[in-house]
Amino acid sequence: MSELTELGVAAIRDGVSTGTFSAVEVAEAFNANVAAAATLNAFIVTTPDKALDAARAVDANRAAGKPLGKLGGVPIGMKDLFATAGVQTTAASHMLEGFIPPYESTVSGKLWAEGAGMLGKLNLDQFAMGSSNETSYFGNVISPWRRSDGGNAALAPGGSSGGSSTAVSARLCPAATGTDTGGSIRQPAAFTGISGIKPTYGRCSRWGIVAFASSLDQAGPMARDVTDCAIMLEAMSGFDPKDSTSLDLPVPAWEAGLNPDMRGKKVGVPVEYRMDGMDADVAASWEQGIAWLRDAGATIVEISLPHTKYALPAYYIIAPAEASSNLARYDGVRYGLRDLPDNAGLQDMYAATRAAGFGAEVKRRILIGTYVLSAGFYDAYYTQAQKVRTLISRDFARAFETVDVILAPTAPTAAFALGEKSADPLAMYLNDVFAVPASLAGLPAMSVPAGLNREGLPLGLQVIGRPFDEQGVLNAGLAIERRAGFTARPEKWW
Amino acid sequence: MSETIPNYRIQGATGDWEVVIGLEVHAQITSKSKLFSGAATAFGAEPNSQVSLVDAAMPGMLPVPNRECIRQAVRTGLAIDAQINKWSRFDRKNYFYADLPQGYQISQLFHPIVGEGAIQISLDDKNPDDKTKTIGVERIHVEQDAGKLMHDQHPTMSYVDLNRSGVALMEIVSRPDMRSPAEAGAYLRKLRSILRYVGSCDGNMEEGSMRADVNVSVRKVGDELGTRTETKNVNSVRFVMATIEHEANRQVDVIEAGGKIVQETRLFDPDTGTTRSMRSKEDAHDYRYFPDPDLLPLVLEDDFVEECRASLPELPDAKRRRYETALGLTPYTAGVLTAEVETARWFEALLGETAKAAGKPDADVAKQASNWLVSEFFGALNKLGKGLETSPIQPAGAAELLALIANGTISGTIAKQVLEKMLASGDAAGAIVEREGLRQTSDTGAIDAAVDAVLTANPDKVEQYRGGKEALFGFFVGQTMKAMQGKANPQLINAALKQKLG
Repeated sequence: MSELTELGVAAIRDGVSTGTFSAVEVAEAFNANVAAAATLNAFIVTTPDKALDAARAVDANRAAGKPLGKLGGVPIGMKDLFATAGVQTTAASHMLEGFIPPYESTVSGKLWAEGAGMLGKLNLDQFAMGSSNETSYFGNVISPWRRSDGGNAALAPGGSSGGSSTAVSARLCPAATGTDTGGSIRQPAAFTGISGIKPTYGRCSRWGIVAFASSLDQAGPMARDVTDCAIMLEAMSGFDPKDSTSLDLPVPAWEAGLNPDMRGKKVGVPVEYRMDGMDADVAASWEQGIAWLRDAGATIVEISLPHTKYALPAYYIIAPAEASSNLARYDGVRYGLRDLPDNAGLQDMYAATRAAGFGAEVKRRILIGTYVLSAGFYDAYYTQAQKVRTLISRDFARAFETVDVILAPTAPTAAFALGEKSADPLAMYLNDVFAVPASLAGLPAMSVPAGLNREGLPLGLQVIGRPFDEQGVLNAGLAIERRAGFTARPEKWW
Repeated sequence: MSETIPNYRIQGATGDWEVVIGLEVHAQITSKSKLFSGAATAFGAEPNSQVSLVDAAMPGMLPVPNRECIRQAVRTGLAIDAQINKWSRFDRKNYFYADLPQGYQISQLFHPIVGEGAIQISLDDKNPDDKTKTIGVERIHVEQDAGKLMHDQHPTMSYVDLNRSGVALMEIVSRPDMRSPAEAGAYLRKLRSILRYVGSCDGNMEEGSMRADVNVSVRKVGDELGTRTETKNVNSVRFVMATIEHEANRQVDVIEAGGKIVQETRLFDPDTGTTRSMRSKEDAHDYRYFPDPDLLPLVLEDDFVEECRASLPELPDAKRRRYETALGLTPYTAGVLTAEVETARWFEALLGETAKAAGKPDADVAKQASNWLVSEFFGALNKLGKGLETSPIQPAGAAELLALIANGTISGTIAKQVLEKMLASGDAAGAIVEREGLRQTSDTGAIDAAVDAVLTANPDKVEQYRGGKEALFGFFVGQTMKAMQGKANPQLINAALKQKLG
C-alpha cells in the first residue's frame, strides 16, 4: 500500500472519488510514513486518529453518494501555527507548550470542511521566526535531502515552514499548510524540491493563526506540484468577516484555470536581483527558467525594481515591530506558560514567564521591534521603513504595467547545513532577500522546483504576480514545472 | 446680549493666579457589544461572563470594528458640530498590565475619527443664554477599555475580570479653555447632557461609564501656560471641581514657596478631597504607538455620515430655545426642563397628554404643565428621594391631575393632596378625588351658607374690614375654605364674600 504515499493531492482526491482506493487506506498509508519518520522531527504532535476519522467520514459520504469536498480523502499536515480545536497548538514555543485551543482557525476549518484530514501538527521556527527551523523549541526539523558529496551533514529544511517542507518532500503527507511572512513558504519549498504559493495578502483568513507580523502574515499551501497547490489554495482561500484585512472577493477556480501556455505573456526579470557574487548554480537555474518561459511562448523583459536593496532592512524593522506588539499577549496571565517565582509581583511574573517562554530569536526580534517603535526612534526606523515599503510596492506596480509576472530565484543558495548560519543572524536574514520584497508588497508569489545544484540539492524558481493574479502565478509555475521535469527526490535514509 | 463669565482667581501671596483647565472625558459608548468583538457589555454581570476569545486575546484572534460603536462616535461628533474625519485609523498603545490582555490598547492617536468641535456652557441657570462660553473640543477618538483587577478575592493573588475588556470608549478631549471649577462643572454637565440626548453614552459616572482626566495648571494672568498635572479617572462632577480647586491651590502654594510644578499623573482621593502623585513624567510609559496592522483604516462613506446626522435628536440648546419661543416658557424653566433628556421627554409627554385632554394647542397649556412639573412635581418626588426615572406616576397620570385642575374639578390646594396620595398609592388622580370626595364644590348655596357662618362668627373682623382693613379679605377666604374642607371653588368664595361684605 506504500505506493499510495507516492500520490499527490489531485491523484488521491480522484482515486478516492472513483473508488480506486478508500480514504482510510490513504490515511493509513500516510500515518505509517509519519510514524516511521520521527527522526526528521517534522511533526510536533501526530494525530493519526484525526486522519482516520476524516477518512472514514469521506468513505461514508462516498458510500452514501454524498459530495466528498474539494479535498475528499486527502490527509494533510497542519503547520503548528494554525489553531486546531482540541489539538495542542504551540507555534513551536515553550510559551504555548500544552496550549489546546477551544477554536479552529478559519483556514484549517475550511480544509476539514472540504474533506481533508489531519495527520499532525508540523514543526516550524518558533513563532514563525527563522529560516532554518533551528529556532523551534521542539528541536529542529531535519531535511530529508542530503548533499551528493557522500557526507551526511544534516541540512536545514528552510523556514519557518520547515516541518511542512520536509513532510511533503519526504512523502509524509501529500500537502501541508504553510504561512509566509517574509518567505516562510517559498524558501523551505525551494530547499526541499517542492512547490509552495503565498497568495495575495488577504486571500486566506488570518483568524486563528498565531500572529507573527500581521501586515505580512499570509497562509498558503505547500505540495508536490503546481496543480496540487492550486487545489489546496482554492480550499484555503475566501473572505472571512472575522479578519478585517481579509479580501472580500470570490475565490477563482484556479485548478480549472491552469494553463501552461505563456504565449502573449510578458515575464519580467529584475536586474536588481542579479547580485554580486551570486551563487553560480542559482544564477544558472534562473537563466534556465528564463529559457523555459521563453520556450513556453513568453516574451522576456528586463525590468527594474530600484528599491530592492532596501527591502530586507525595511522588513527587519516592520516585522519585528509588529511582532513585539503581537507577542505581548503571552504574559502568563490567562493561558500558556506561567513562571511565578516565590514572592513575585506582576512585573516579576512577566519577566520570568517571557524569559522562560521565548527562545533567543524571538527575544531578539521583540527587542528589535520594541527599539524601533520607541519614542525618539520611531520616525527614524518605523516611519522610514513604511515609506520604503510604499516605494517597493510602487516599484512592483510600475513593473506590472508592462509585465504579467516576474521571475527570480527563490533563495540565494540551496539548503545550508544545520548550525551553519545559526550563529550569524544577519547571514540567516539574507536568505530571505529575494522573498521579502513580494511580502512587503502583499503580492502572490510561488516557488517551484527548477533542478538540482552541483551538490545534488534542489533549487527553486520564484514567480511573482500582480495582486489577485494567483492564476497568472500558477500558470507560469506550471509552465516551468512542465519543462523542468523535476523528479528528483531525497533517498530514504530515516 | 450675553454677559461674560466673571473671573475666577486664586489669591496668592504674590498676587492673583489664573487656573487653566482641560478635560479628557472617557465615555463608554452605549452599544450591545464591544468595540472589536461580539461580547456583551451589560453592567454588573458575573465576572468574566462577557468575554469573547478576542477580548481574552487568545492566540490568533483578530479585532473587527463594531459599526454601532463607530456610528455613536460620529453622532456624538456631529452633536458638538465637530469635523468628522472620513479617514481615520486605529493605533496600538503598548503597555503591560494584567487587565490588558492584548498587551496593547487599540486607540486612535494619530488620526482620530472626530476632529475640532465645541460645546457651549453657561454659568447662569436663570438665563442660560447669559454668561456663556464656548469650550473647544480638540478631538474625539474611540478606543478599548481595559478589564478590572480584583484584589479582595484571594489572600495573596489578584484576580482579573475581563467583562469590561474591549468595551468601546470615546475619549473626548477638550481644549484648555476652562478657567474655574464652575466652568469645568458646567462643561461636564453639558457634555453629559449632550451624550444622553444623542444616546451615545448613559453618562453614569457612578458606574464608571463616564470619567474624566483633569489637566490643571496655574499662571499669572497674561503669562505663558504653566506646567500641568493630570489627575486620572475622576468619577463625579463634584470630584472634578474639588480636584481643580485643590490642585490649583496646591500648585500656587508650591510655586510661591519657590518650588516647581512637575508634569505628573495624580490621583484624587474623595475621602480627603486632595490629590496625590501617582507617577512622574520620568517614569511615564513609552507606549510605542503604531498603526494597528490587524485593522484597515476606517473610511466613512458620505451616506453613513448623513444617516448619522439625520438620526440626531433635537439637542438641549435648540430644545431650550424652542421651549422659550414656541411654548413661551421662561429661560429658567426651559433650562430646567431641557438639561436632561429624560426630563424633556417627560415634559413633552405630559404636554401632549395635557393638550389633548384640554383640546388646546401645546402652547396654551405649556405654562401650566411646566410650572406644575417644576414647582410641584419635582419637589414632591424629591421628598420621596425619587427622580423621574423612578417616579410612580407617568406623564399620562400627571396629565389627568392637571386636567382636573384645569376644568375646575379640584382646586390647586386639593391638587397637592391628590398628588401626595397618587405618589403614595399609585392610584389615578380621578379615582382618588372620587373616593375621597375631594371634588371642588360650586354649590353657591353651600358657599353662601359657609360665608354667612364665617361672617357671623367674626363680627369684630367684619367691623375692621369695613373700616378699611382690606387685608382681612384673605382671612375670610381662608376661614370659608377651611369650613368647606378646601373643596370650595375659590372664585365663588371671592364673589360671595365681596357681595356680602360690600
